[in-house]
Amino acid sequence: MEFQRMVDGSVSMKDSAKSEISSERTLYPYVTGTSVIGLKYKDGVILASDTAGSYGSTLRYKCVERIKQVGDHTLIGASGEISDFQEIMRYLDELILYDKMWDDGNSLGPKEVHNYLNRIMYNRRNKFNPLWNSLVLGGVKKGQKYLGTVNMIGTHYEDDHLATGFGNHLARPILRSEWREDLTFEEAVKLIEKCLLVLLYRDRSSINKFQIAKITDEGTTIYPPYALKTFWGFSHFQNPSKGAAGTW
Amino acid sequence: MFRNQYDTDVTTWSPAGRLFQVEYAMEAVKQGSAAVGLRSKTHAVLAAVNKAASDLASHQRKLFRADQHVGVAIAGLTADGRVLSRFLRNECINHSFVYESPLPVARLVVQLADKAQVCTQRSWKRPYGVGLLVAGLDETGAHLYYNCPSGNYFEYQAFAIGSRSQAAKTFLERRFEAYDGYSREELIKDALFAIKETLQGEKLTSQLCTVAIVGEGEAFHIIDQQTIQDYIDAMELSTGGPEEEAAAEAPPSAEAQGGGEGASSEPAPMDI
Repeated sequence: MEFQRMVDGSVSMKDSAKSEISSERTLYPYVTGTSVIGLKYKDGVILASDTAGSYGSTLRYKCVERIKQVGDHTLIGASGEISDFQEIMRYLDELILYDKMWDDGNSLGPKEVHNYLNRIMYNRRNKFNPLWNSLVLGGVKKGQKYLGTVNMIGTHYEDDHLATGFGNHLARPILRSEWREDLTFEEAVKLIEKCLLVLLYRDRSSINKFQIAKITDEGTTIYPPYALKTFWGFSHFQNPSKGAAGTW
Repeated sequence: MFRNQYDTDVTTWSPAGRLFQVEYAMEAVKQGSAAVGLRSKTHAVLAAVNKAASDLASHQRKLFRADQHVGVAIAGLTADGRVLSRFLRNECINHSFVYESPLPVARLVVQLADKAQVCTQRSWKRPYGVGLLVAGLDETGAHLYYNCPSGNYFEYQAFAIGSRSQAAKTFLERRFEAYDGYSREELIKDALFAIKETLQGEKLTSQLCTVAIVGEGEAFHIIDQQTIQDYIDAMELSTGGPEEEAAAEAPPSAEAQGGGEGASSEPAPMDI
């Protein structure tokens, strides 16, 4: 068996016995990030995620920045295959570069970046070679707040609060009941931390190291990683073998 | 311009550093019938003279919509203008498809200018023989550009191209400084005045001209004949005739605004 690199970057295996080139398709991801949460607040948009890169069930990498800046008006957070996220960042950095080179007073806002990314994701999906990610895009341009999501099959939509992966099941219900249009930054962070804590308790791929990023008309800030306080003093944890005394 | 030995090829420079074929292409623009454009902070207006070849014929289209937010007026070889309009429409729709957002007018005109420049640097091509007034609205406000066969483009507050456009330009030069604050009605009236200047005595009717407007809350569209005729009637009522506003009176348009609303109920003083 030998590996052969195709022009478009895909790799196929070539059996020396029969010379056939199989068409490549993505089968499964390798190093993955878990949930990303995003929500709009009074002055802009906040994104949050942990900094874990799992290798299957192993919590292999613990310093993975899954939220990045894209141009002056947009933040992107990714879950799923980390290497595909790095590829997406290459595309988006190139897009922003060419946009800056126009130097004409116009600039691509978060809506435009989101749609561009959606074109890429859907196109790859149609070729059966998706970028294995679920992404959250947030941004502010000329006072207009934007929050959208796009995933590996090209599904995309906007909302006041969004999440990927487990975040949809654990964080969104909290946000649906407690989110308001006029949250201050501090209130928004508290709400996000509530969601992150639930994910930390219940999502096995998460670790206690989180990053929060905010974007407003003034600019972007990606805060350094920090840990949350967890509580394990539940009565059921006090005497774990209570219900299993004895030897049989 | 005189014929000379450096004007056969677009890829031949003259000793004075000129490309004669490009200059001849710009002559073609001057031969076409007039088109004018003006803009305020929030609106841009295009107007063009429609001269039919004969009474039997319909007139040539000179105003084209490229997208909801941008349109062009052409002067010169209308066939070239049609082809370039198709290019503009394509660029606009491609951008909308990828970015779900209207193409900024400044970027559209650069793409158009780059396309025109190619024809000035290939021996097997000729320059486009059409000048385009591009009017559009985007995030940065209303814009008016002029694209030249040479591949140059310029932004204008107001401009006129085509035959006898100098008369319109003289009129616009007197008034353009106030345009940023003009309302859409005032812009349309000034566009019609400018067109009237190029007619050099011929009577202005809505049959003879086409006017289009784009602005905040208003997609690019051609204004219907009846509305234009109403504007023209209002102008004529207050100025008393086409020749008289050529005298140094700036006030005519101020009066035209006052007379505008009463015009439709009274019979206009026109010859049949």
